[in-house]
Amino acid sequence: MLEFLRQFLIVDIFISNFGTLMKGLAFTFELAIVAMFFGTILGVLLALGRSFGKRLLSWLCTAYVELIRGTPLLAQLFILYFALPPYGIRLSAVSVAFLGFILNSAAYQAEYTRGSIEAVGEDQFKAAYSLGMGKWQTIFYVVLPQAIRWSIPAWMNEFIYLLKCTSIAYIIGAPDLLTQGKFIASRNYQFFRVYLIVAIIYLVIVLAATWIVGKIERKVQIPGFGYDKARR
Amino acid sequence: MAGKPLLRVVNVKKSFGDKVVLDGVSLTLNKGETKVIIGPSGTGKSTLLKSINRLVVPDEGEIWLEETEIIRCKNINAVRQKIGYVFQDFGLFHHLTALENVMIGLTKVKKMPKKEAVEKARYELNRVGLSGIEDLYPAQLSGGQKQRVAIARALAMEPKLMLFDEPTSALDPELIGEVLAVMKELAESKMTMLVVTHEMGFARSVSDEIIFIEKGKIVEQTSPEKMFRDPEHQRTREFLFKLKDLYGEGGE
Repeated sequence: MLEFLRQFLIVDIFISNFGTLMKGLAFTFELAIVAMFFGTILGVLLALGRSFGKRLLSWLCTAYVELIRGTPLLAQLFILYFALPPYGIRLSAVSVAFLGFILNSAAYQAEYTRGSIEAVGEDQFKAAYSLGMGKWQTIFYVVLPQAIRWSIPAWMNEFIYLLKCTSIAYIIGAPDLLTQGKFIASRNYQFFRVYLIVAIIYLVIVLAATWIVGKIERKVQIPGFGYDKARR
Repeated sequence: MAGKPLLRVVNVKKSFGDKVVLDGVSLTLNKGETKVIIGPSGTGKSTLLKSINRLVVPDEGEIWLEETEIIRCKNINAVRQKIGYVFQDFGLFHHLTALENVMIGLTKVKKMPKKEAVEKARYELNRVGLSGIEDLYPAQLSGGQKQRVAIARALAMEPKLMLFDEPTSALDPELIGEVLAVMKELAESKMTMLVVTHEMGFARSVSDEIIFIEKGKIVEQTSPEKMFRDPEHQRTREFLFKLKDLYGEGGE
């Protein structure tokens, strides 16, 4: 029993490897934030192309989204890392991680945004047109601002998911938190304790992110956009 | 009324699939006139109004706003700026405050400087009796307030013509009055208005002419006095009788 509990003594290991762990954590954050940022921009563009583009553009955007959503993230990372070099495209593990997560997140975010765009009623278009706005003016000044607000909860969810999901980058050796954990464990052979530490760090940052995200959601809240008191 | 009409609708036809919605409608509206369109639901009143600012494109006919033919014109956005449109379901932009709702057409379409637009928007809100609610969002307004913001938004563009598509149909009975009062004032200030409504009191006291449409055709158009006292057609009589049944006598 005592032996079992002893496994949970992790403070020593945490302190002695603090620098390495934080380096990993920093990369994890960097990866999640960059993937989120560019994934959002690309995702909104894909959603616009899919919802409002002419036939070919709309088809291309749909094809992209379905391709990415229909294949495992792991396979996408492997293709970027192992399958491109024979064609002369050689990317570092870090580049592949950034690129892979941006491209992947964009597809999912495109779908969230498209759902929100379609939730904006026909009446909003008609009202904008009746004022003399053109199609793209209507999209940028009326439709997108509303769609983006509807998308916020889904985006926040995506960010929290990304924070954890970036650990897959460990497969190609990008220096994220999980990779650093593996590195530490391979030297001290304390696999259980090290991965326990890693798991706790993930839990803490996800809880912290969830809390911050909740704050942001309330900050940008507008009456009529889904977080009203009446719904609680 | 002398001079050229402001709006001329000539033999407009529109079908959705097999269903003929407008079957050769013609009417004119002179500057400063208010005409009210009545008729059973599904007879093309809304389609007619939407045709006038080309939210619906007619199959045949011509619609002239002064010297511009609307159905075939190149720059429809320029025409729409001159035509205010008030919707049954308000059509306020949910993400903007009342003030911003009125401003957006000024800043984004007319490219008015923001400061000027704020002033103009305040003035228009004040004109429809809505001072003090500038910073509220549509979700925080009553139906009557929403519709008045929508009217202010249309007026801010300084339109030559205002179209009202059943502006009080989505309102609770006790809120209808405030919207009608604003419309009445507008009519008295010689705004040119085409109004689809079942509010017979409004039609009777404000309109220069009442147009009865059924099955996509104008059955009768005449002065309110004649329409209510002695309509030509049996169908008009029956329809007005039904309305009276539903909405009361409709006097002032």
